[in-house]
Amino acid sequence: MFDFYSSWPFWLQNVSFGVLKGLAVIAVLFPLSAACSMAERKISAWIQGRPGPNRTIVPWLAWIPIIAPFLQRLGLFQLAADGGKFVFKEDPVPGHVNKPYFIAAPILAMIPALTTVTIVPFGAYVNSLGQLVPLVLANVDIGLLAVFAISSLGVYSVILAGWASNSKYPFLGSVRASAQLISYELSMTLSVLPVFLWVNAPGGHGTLSLFDVVQAQSGRGLFSGLWLGFWMPVSAFIFLVALFAETNRQPFDMAESEADLVGGFHTEYGAFKWSLFFVAEYAHMIVGSGVFTLLFLGGWNPLPWVPLTSVVHALSHWIAWANHPAFMGVLGVLIFLGKVGFFIFLFMWVRWTLPRFRYDQIMKLGWQKLLPLAIGNLIFYALLIAVIDR
Amino acid sequence: MATVTVQRKPLTFAERTYIPQILGGLKITFQRMIKPAETLEYPEQRPEIPKNYRGVPTLVKDPNGREKCVSCQLCEFVCPPKAIRITPGEIPPDAPTGHVEKAPQAFDIDMLRCIYCGLCQEVCPEEAIFLQNQYSMNGLTREEMVNHKDRLYELGGTLPDQHHKWDKKKAAEEHGNAAH
Repeated sequence: MFDFYSSWPFWLQNVSFGVLKGLAVIAVLFPLSAACSMAERKISAWIQGRPGPNRTIVPWLAWIPIIAPFLQRLGLFQLAADGGKFVFKEDPVPGHVNKPYFIAAPILAMIPALTTVTIVPFGAYVNSLGQLVPLVLANVDIGLLAVFAISSLGVYSVILAGWASNSKYPFLGSVRASAQLISYELSMTLSVLPVFLWVNAPGGHGTLSLFDVVQAQSGRGLFSGLWLGFWMPVSAFIFLVALFAETNRQPFDMAESEADLVGGFHTEYGAFKWSLFFVAEYAHMIVGSGVFTLLFLGGWNPLPWVPLTSVVHALSHWIAWANHPAFMGVLGVLIFLGKVGFFIFLFMWVRWTLPRFRYDQIMKLGWQKLLPLAIGNLIFYALLIAVIDR
Repeated sequence: MATVTVQRKPLTFAERTYIPQILGGLKITFQRMIKPAETLEYPEQRPEIPKNYRGVPTLVKDPNGREKCVSCQLCEFVCPPKAIRITPGEIPPDAPTGHVEKAPQAFDIDMLRCIYCGLCQEVCPEEAIFLQNQYSMNGLTREEMVNHKDRLYELGGTLPDQHHKWDKKKAAEEHGNAAH
């Protein structure tokens, strides 16, 4: 099989490999986003003291004794039922909308959501030459800048959806969403500048790559092993708050505040088009949590001062196959996904704890509190790093 | 009236950052999350019906199996939404219960009109109609939602009281005070 593959021209190998990797990411991210919607329903139910969806079962799976009832109680099959419903449901397009843009908006929502994940590394392994290789679709040097640039494009779909709906509540929702996104984008970008000031030590080559940020946190020295979240807590805090606002999650979900805007920018949407917005929102959450984990929580390293490579090295004394690159890759991805999962849980936990801010409070918080704090934080760390690196 | 000026303390710096309050809220919701659910899973788990619950109105029989209703129609008159419709009927004199005044020929309660107020139970001089424990009443047609006499007795069952009012009355008529 590999002989057949290697007989292809080089560019075709590259393209087919890229397409395969892209499809793999979509095949992982799309169900993961759907699973997040299920997790949201279950966690909201538990926090509100009810069992949540627990009835759906596939008939012939119900015969498996212990596992099937457990999965049924967990509501896992509800996921498939909901997904199937969205696919087969009638998809009405209201008569008063601007049809081409109305249909383009949910597709546009998916593009940045699925594109940003290509730049996010989710693990690393040591190859046969002893080099650490990141597991990432595109290990580009502009890394985080690309994530910011592409994820901000998500607001165009919101604006387009609100405007094409030709109805006042979606329009108001989209205006709010875009204003909020612009306000918090500033603080978010400023909050990660100290991280890159620290990572790009003088003398080295300059980089914005997320893999290099993780590398800067996976040493064993006092500073080189310290996760940046502990070294720059204010940056991490501002980034997290801005992340809540960027993903339009409560308490910042002004874009769809159902109390005053019916459903926000997707009021006129239904069925599959609506579910695309939904999946895009969760994909943004996953990617955002991933970026936070990489920047501030050491990526795939299990503990501060305990990098993944030394864990694998220690394990290989007892287990023979621990030296295999696949073992380290899988372990790293699992640790990374665990951290991302915690942040997804945090998003939902906060959603069912805090009431929604008023619109003017959001603007005040963004411009008058977070932005000065982010600027002060940048100046403080710039001076501190200048003193340390001198 | 004395006016009390309430001292409103200015918020501390920690309070103005919201953070301690947010963490407190997160703690409360997390504690709530690990507790078992408060809800009943309805078709399998049924709620415990409290005493004196006012469910679907029913007709009852006495321990001898005699229908207690004598079709006096007081419940029909008192019923605010006019849900009850009674057609009074005679009891043949040679029947075992021939000494009882009357019995309903038809007794219909339209459950689409009933408001479960319990006035029929309160007004009944014979203790014949009771609002019992049945809380789930449904049907596919309007006709199905009307409880007829046989259905009312089926739902009501027997009231284990030992008054036997009409038997005592008959005994007093026949034997005077000697019966006691």
